[in-house]
Amino acid sequence: MSMNQTETSSAGSRAPKPQPGSGGLIDIAIRYGFLALLVGLVIFFSVFANGFAGPRSAVFIFQSVAITGILALGVTCTLVVGGFDLSIGSVATSSMMLAAYMMVVLEQPAFVAIIACLAMGAFIGLINGLLIVKTKVPDLLATLGMMFLLVGLQRIPTEGRSIAMGMTLPDGSTAEGTFSPLFLQLGRHRFDFMLENLLPAPVIFLVVIGILVWVFLELTRHGRLMYAIGSNERAASLTGTNVNNYKILAYMISGVLASIGGMLLAARLGRGDIASGTNLLLDAVAAALIGFAVLGAAKPNAFGTAMGALFVGILLQGLTMMNAPYYTQDFIKGLVLVIALVFTFSLSARKAGGH
Amino acid sequence: MNGTLCDLRGVDKSFGDNRVLKQLNLSLPAGSVTVLMGANGAGKSTLVKILSGVHALDAGSITLLGKDFRPSTPSEAIRAGVVTVHQNINDGVIPDLDVASNLLIDQLAEPGYGFFLKRRQNYADAERIASQMGLALNVRQSVAELGVADRQLIAIARAMAHDPQLLILDEPTSSLSASEAERLFLLIERLSAKGVAVLYISHRMSDIRRIANRIVSMRDGEISGVFEGEELDYEGAVNAMLGHRMTDADISIGAPGRRVLEITDLRLLSGSKPFDFNLSENEVVAVTGLLGSGKSAFAQSLFGLGRPAGGQIRIDGKDYAPANPKAAIARGVFMSAKDRANNAVVADFDITRNITLPFLARYSNLSFIKRSDERSTANEMIEALSIVCQGETDSIGTLSGGNQQKVMLARWLAEQCRLLLLDEPFQGVDIRARRDIGRKIRETAKNRATLVFVSELDEALEVADRIIVMTEHSVAAEFRNENVDLNEILTAVTGAMPSDAGSAARTAHA
Repeated sequence: MSMNQTETSSAGSRAPKPQPGSGGLIDIAIRYGFLALLVGLVIFFSVFANGFAGPRSAVFIFQSVAITGILALGVTCTLVVGGFDLSIGSVATSSMMLAAYMMVVLEQPAFVAIIACLAMGAFIGLINGLLIVKTKVPDLLATLGMMFLLVGLQRIPTEGRSIAMGMTLPDGSTAEGTFSPLFLQLGRHRFDFMLENLLPAPVIFLVVIGILVWVFLELTRHGRLMYAIGSNERAASLTGTNVNNYKILAYMISGVLASIGGMLLAARLGRGDIASGTNLLLDAVAAALIGFAVLGAAKPNAFGTAMGALFVGILLQGLTMMNAPYYTQDFIKGLVLVIALVFTFSLSARKAGGH
Repeated sequence: MNGTLCDLRGVDKSFGDNRVLKQLNLSLPAGSVTVLMGANGAGKSTLVKILSGVHALDAGSITLLGKDFRPSTPSEAIRAGVVTVHQNINDGVIPDLDVASNLLIDQLAEPGYGFFLKRRQNYADAERIASQMGLALNVRQSVAELGVADRQLIAIARAMAHDPQLLILDEPTSSLSASEAERLFLLIERLSAKGVAVLYISHRMSDIRRIANRIVSMRDGEISGVFEGEELDYEGAVNAMLGHRMTDADISIGAPGRRVLEITDLRLLSGSKPFDFNLSENEVVAVTGLLGSGKSAFAQSLFGLGRPAGGQIRIDGKDYAPANPKAAIARGVFMSAKDRANNAVVADFDITRNITLPFLARYSNLSFIKRSDERSTANEMIEALSIVCQGETDSIGTLSGGNQQKVMLARWLAEQCRLLLLDEPFQGVDIRARRDIGRKIRETAKNRATLVFVSELDEALEVADRIIVMTEHSVAAEFRNENVDLNEILTAVTGAMPSDAGSAARTAHA
C-alpha cells in the first residue's frame, strides 16, 4: 500500500507543472471528486429509484433547490469578502410576509409589493453591513442578531398570524386584498421546455441569478476585489480598495437575493406562512459551503454553490423516491455538509501546503 | 569547549521531486553558539523542522548525546532536549494569559498536573524560572501588555523550563530593536556558558558578529562552509552561502530632477519636533532609525494611513493631505507596505492577480477584466524583476520569500507614479534577492521620487542617494551616500538614546 502511494506521488510530480507535496491522483480527486460523486449519485438513483430518471423528476429537483439556491448565492457573496450572513433565512421569510401584507392587507399592486420587498432586502443588507464595518460587531453575531430581530418583527403586524386572502385582521375586519395573479405566476408559472409546462419560473430565476453572480464574481474587477478582501483585507485596503463599501455591498446583495427568494416562496405558497422557510438558512449555507469542494476551488464560488444546491436536491429527491423517511433528511444534509467540508479543508490544505 | 552534542550524518530529505537536504553532515558542539546562514531555499527551515520533530528525515542519522535521535513529533523532540523558538513570536506565547501561565504552560498541559490550577505554586515556580533567566518581570502581568522583546524572552524562558541540550532560535531578532536584541544576546551567552548548544539562524550580519562562536553556511541543501576559531571569517561565510563575494554596492548619485515632495514644519506627533524635507525626481532616499523612531509614522502619514499633527506636505507643488490609501494612490503616491504576509500578499491569488490588484481599473472595460492584458503585464514584470516561477499563474504561496517580495514590488512598479514609498522592502529576503530588489529600485528611479524605509544601515547604504536618520518622530540628520562616515550615522541613529551607545556597535559593520 505504501509502495503504491509513493509511486503515485512521484508519477504526479512528473506532470508538466509539479505542485510540491501533491500527487496527481489527489489533485484529480480534489478537482473532480465532488462532480464525480454527483454523477454517481444520479446514476445510482436512476438505477434503484423508480421514476427518478426523467424530466418530471428533474424539474421537481430544480424546483426544490431554486429558492435555497438563490439564497445560497447571496451567502456566497458574503463568504467571498470573508463574512457570513446568518440572517438570509429570516430576510426571506420577512420578505414573504411583507409581500403578502402589502397585497392582502394594504391592497397594493404586485409591482409595489415587489419593490418594497427588494428595498427591504437591500436595507437589511445595508444595516448588516454597517453593523459589521462601522460598529465592528463580528459578522456572525451581527447577522445572528438581525436574524432574531426579523423573526420577531415579521410577526408583529399580524399579531403572530399567517397572512392569507380573506383573513381576519387584528382589528376584527376582514382583509380585502388579493394576491395579484401576475405575482403568483412568478412562483407557479411553468414554461414549456421539451415537455409542456415543464420548467417552473423559480428555476429560471435561479439560473439567471446564478449566471449574474458568477459573472460578477469571476469576470469583473469588483468580484476580484471582493475575493482579495476575503483573502487579505489589510492588503486589499493598502492597495486603495474601499474595503468597507465592498463589504456592505456583499451584505446588500445577500439581502436582496434573500428577499427575492422570499417573494418566490410567497408566490408559490400563495400566502404569508409564518411557519414556512425554517430550513432555508441551513440549506442555503450548506449549499454554499459544499460549493467550496467543487472543482477544488477551496473558496466560495457561484458555480460551486449552484452545484452544492443541486447535490443536496438530488440526494433528497432520490432518497424520498426510495422511501427514506422525511425525518432523516436533515441528518443526511448534515452528513453531506461535513463530508464536503473535510474534502475542502483537508485535501485542499494538502494541495496548498508544501512550500 | 565540550564535545559534540548533536551530530547529523548523511541527512537526506525530499519533498516530491525537490531534494531539499542532500547528504548533510553537521555537528553541534555543546556550550557554543553555531550560527546557520543560508539564502532562502537553502534548506535551513527544513533542517530546523527535522531537528524539532516536525518532519521526518528520509535517510541518514542524528545522534544526540551519543544516542540515536529520531523524533516523530515536536513534543518528543522537546522531551529529548531539543527546543526550538520559532521566528513568529506569537507562536510562542499566549497573549491573553499572564506571564506565569505562559512560562508554565507546558506543565499545565502535562497529564499529571491535576484538574485545578495551583495558583500560588504556579506564581512561585514562575518567579523562580524568571529569576533564573534574569527576567525582571511581574509574573502576574498579562503578556498582551508586554512588548515584543519581552514576549520573545518569555518564549525562550519557557523553552528553558525543559532543560534543553540544544536550543534552536530561528531569526529571533527580526522584530527586536537594538537594545532588546542585546538583552536576548546576554541570555544566549548565559545559556551557552551553561553548556547548552545553540543553533542560531539569522540573516543579520550584525547579530552574527555579535553572537557567533562558529558559522555554518548552507547552500542548496548542503553545508558549504564551516567557520570556527578566534577570528571568524564573515566574508568567507557569506561567500560560502552565496557562492560569490559580498561586494559593496556601487552607488553613483545622479542629478535630481524636478521637485516632487516638499515638506515644511511637519510634526508627526503633537509633541515632536517639526522638520522639513524635500525630495526630487530620480532621487532615492533611505529613511532609517530604530524601532519607534517614527519611521513608520512618517511612511503612514504620506500614504493616508494617519494624520500628522501639523505641518504641510506638497506634491508637485500642490497641497497633499490624503484621507486614505485610495486618495494617496490617486495623487500618484504608492506604498509597498512592510510585513508582506500581513499587509501585502493576497494568499489566495496567483502572481498575476497579486500584481494587478491596485490598478484593476486599467485592465478592465466596463468593470470586466481583460485577462490577456493583465497576464501580459504580469509577464513583463516577472521578466523585469527576474521573479523565479513556473509561470504567471503560479500561486503566490509557492514562491520563496524573496520572490514574493519581488511580486509585491512589481505590483507598484507596474504603473508610473510620482512618489514611491517602500517600507522595509528587504524584510525576510535572502541577500541575492535583496541585491536584485535594490538594483531594480535604483534602475527604475527615473521620473519619480523614491523613499525607502529601512532599519538596517547596510540596506540604506546599498540603495540610497541620501540617508535621513529619524529619532523621536523627527529627522535627526541627513547624509549624502558618498564616503559617508558610518560612525556619524550611528551616532545620529542612537543620538537620542545614549543608553544604547554600546549596542550601536551591532549595526556598525558595513
